[in-house]
Amino acid sequence: MYTLRSLLAICLLGISCAQAAIDPALLRPLADDDSDRRIAAIAALVEAAPEEAQPVLQAMAGDSLALAGERVVVLGAGGRVFDAASNRELTPPPAGIETIGINNRVRRELASALAALRLFSAEREVRWQAAQEVNQNVDARMLPLLDRALAVEKDPKIRDRLQLAHAQASLGSTDAAVRLAAVKTLGESSDPRVRQLLLPLTEKQGDSWREADSAVRAAAGTSIRSIEQRLAWADNLGRAFTGLSLGSILLLAALGLAITYGVMGVINMAHGELLMVGAYSAWAMQSVFRTHLSGALDWYLLAAIPVGFLSAALVGVLMERIVIRHLYGRPLETLLATWGISLFLMQVARTLFGAQNVEVANPSWMAGGVELLPNLLLPWNRIIIVAFSIAVLIAMWAILNLSRLGMFVRAVTQNRPMAGCVGVPTGRVDTLAFGLGAGIAGLGGVALSQIANVGPDMGQGYIVDSFMVVVLGGVGQLAGAVWAALGLGVFTKFLEGWTGAVVAKIVVLVLIIVFIQKRPQGLFALKGRFVES
Amino acid sequence: MRPSPARTPFIVRLGSSFDARSWRLIGLFAAFALIAVPVMHLALPADHPLHLSTWFITLVGKILCYAIVAVAMDLIWGYGGILSLGHGLFFALGGYGFGMYLMRQIGRDGSYQSDLPDFMVFLDWKELPWFWIGSDSFLWAVLLVLVVPALIAFVFGYFAFRSRIKGVYFSIITQALTYAAMLLFFRNETGFGGNNGFTDFKRILGHPITAPETRVVLFALSALALIGTLLLARYLVRSKFGRVLTAIRDAESRVMFIGYNPLWYKLCAWTLSAVLCAIAGALYVPQVGIINPSEMSVANSIEIAIWVAVGGRGTLIGPVIGAFLVNLAKSWFTVSFPEYWLFFLGTLFIVATLYLPQGVVGLWARLRAGRRRGEGAAAGTTTAAAAKGAGA
Repeated sequence: MYTLRSLLAICLLGISCAQAAIDPALLRPLADDDSDRRIAAIAALVEAAPEEAQPVLQAMAGDSLALAGERVVVLGAGGRVFDAASNRELTPPPAGIETIGINNRVRRELASALAALRLFSAEREVRWQAAQEVNQNVDARMLPLLDRALAVEKDPKIRDRLQLAHAQASLGSTDAAVRLAAVKTLGESSDPRVRQLLLPLTEKQGDSWREADSAVRAAAGTSIRSIEQRLAWADNLGRAFTGLSLGSILLLAALGLAITYGVMGVINMAHGELLMVGAYSAWAMQSVFRTHLSGALDWYLLAAIPVGFLSAALVGVLMERIVIRHLYGRPLETLLATWGISLFLMQVARTLFGAQNVEVANPSWMAGGVELLPNLLLPWNRIIIVAFSIAVLIAMWAILNLSRLGMFVRAVTQNRPMAGCVGVPTGRVDTLAFGLGAGIAGLGGVALSQIANVGPDMGQGYIVDSFMVVVLGGVGQLAGAVWAALGLGVFTKFLEGWTGAVVAKIVVLVLIIVFIQKRPQGLFALKGRFVES
Repeated sequence: MRPSPARTPFIVRLGSSFDARSWRLIGLFAAFALIAVPVMHLALPADHPLHLSTWFITLVGKILCYAIVAVAMDLIWGYGGILSLGHGLFFALGGYGFGMYLMRQIGRDGSYQSDLPDFMVFLDWKELPWFWIGSDSFLWAVLLVLVVPALIAFVFGYFAFRSRIKGVYFSIITQALTYAAMLLFFRNETGFGGNNGFTDFKRILGHPITAPETRVVLFALSALALIGTLLLARYLVRSKFGRVLTAIRDAESRVMFIGYNPLWYKLCAWTLSAVLCAIAGALYVPQVGIINPSEMSVANSIEIAIWVAVGGRGTLIGPVIGAFLVNLAKSWFTVSFPEYWLFFLGTLFIVATLYLPQGVVGLWARLRAGRRRGEGAAAGTTTAAAAKGAGA
């Protein structure tokens, strides 16, 4: 018999549609005029027949439970009527059907009762959801139900949740021993809500303690401390992660600079604008996908990676060929000329795409995150950016150390005239290396487009930071840039926790300035003897 | 043959530091600023063709301040070889120092009718922070303008030069310094008006700040300050100090090996340059009527460098010309074609560094030298001297 109800039951609960009948005496009070009695009836029904109660309560929550005389009925689709107790269709439908209206209080009760019932679902995912819901709203009347659920539950994660809910429910118990056990169990949680729950136990209300039993009070104190410790730990972990993700963004911004400045000695003030070129390529790919490939819109980012790299590299090569090549050996002039290029590029972006920020949406597979602890959520977009920067780093290391171009770049860095003498085309190597650095900035821009605003001025915000990374790390190699970026990122984020974002930034800048006085060659210096660098 | 510097009185040495033509030019400029401008602004009726408008006085007065900054920058960059990307900081500090005095001069005329500056009332502060003590005194304000930037420049420069940070490294660090300062001044809690900075000034030494007479006086003071800066700079670069400074620019190691300690030469020039900037900032604020943290932005400081580069590094008149050219172009562009200004400025940066290594002054010298050669004049020595002058 495929009624709407059993269909619902199969879909939602996975309970078989073969159902035993419910005692009509249990059902009748659901239609009582008094809310208190109705709530009591819901609890009684859940306790007496947890499996059969589900469809009835579902119907009640959906406003399709009704009273026909003294019989409680469920209104089905197409005007059909079923007996709530036996689940049989009533033909012909009885006369004088009155819908059972419910107020918000009853509705809340219903929701938590339904959640409690789903604890018995055969599907793990449903039970896990239900256990989480129960945790949010639990009271002493659910204890027997939780006991029963705990008896059959095998999954350790869900058991964990259930035990927590059980302990929460037991806090309302009148027996001090039960409360003590509950408080001790709750101490193992790392949920900030549990801490809120325990706090009143250690507080005074007027002159008397809210919790009369001193042993329970002491245990609550211990539990709160251990929860707080765990929370602090999770906080620090979260901060370390945001620091890591900030560091990886700094790294992406600085890696390109590590080549152009660190390796080639060219100060490129337009580096931030190369980031901007990459970010705008991501936006452009998004627009192209939206109009031509709307089915695959989620994957525009994959297309944006090569496009971002190539367009930024192209701009970089043009810059090198037209301007920078004529200024080698004059770093201060290079600085000014590239600043000019940066102003120029900014205005080009403003003319082409408008002065406003453009909107770049995260693809759906980057939404959400991984919940490590109740108060620690790692968003996917940050995780992906960390992974992406690691990939870029490895690729760059490979190019510099394993490829022929990389070998040439290193040779030119170490001794330009000598490299030229043995046949390295130094001019072309310069152009390609500059293009590579610019392309990596473009990749950084693609990554940035996912977490920051994309607009003509976006590059300006990163130029000082990325120079700081290179200066701090020391010129001439990648390892310095990596450590400096990660260190700066994590340090900044921890400092932000103490002082706020702006002060943290100022402190970091000042510390770098002081640090450079002590170690002008940065964290990692190339070893060698120079009178003049 | 110049007489030995030790025996000649200072005033004679100062006098001999310019040739007669330069002195005539300076005198002409002084006469224009101190006599012609007041007469043309105050005495002539507004519809007279020779009448100078308030707009003109403010614009030129502003550029005079910029020119002082440019000369200060040239002293350290053109002669010392140290490119600072943080001179905006000293300019702004001077402005803020004097701005504090101007804020206190508002008295109870602000929109909250309080003894405290408006922004403090807005932040619900009950009394002046300690660093505002004494800011109602003009002399104290002048002292602040001179001492605070000097102190910061001295301490920063001492550590930077002692660790022998130079070249681009130094530029980037100065950039970080001004950037950090900008972030600091943007905060309301710092006590300098946050985002909005200081504005709505009413009086200076009891005189209304927008009165034409006050404007003319400020204009004249700026002109005098510029002349003073030029004289001082000229004297310095011709002195032994200046020679050593230039030598450090060209070959620091050799100067060290000879037995000089570059630290003190650089530090002196650097601190002096910062103080000159601060003076310019203090003169700038009452004329423009506002000072806010964006003066410390990275872009502003780099723009100072382009004034000097366009005019011509290592010459003293160059930076003044550069400051005027670039800023006149800026005010023309931002009115007529605001969207093309950044294109122009960006191109200017590129062209000036690629094709005008000695700026407009160098170009002029080269053109003149070329014409002489074209005339077939047998003045080989003159040409060489001109070429040498262009290369200096």
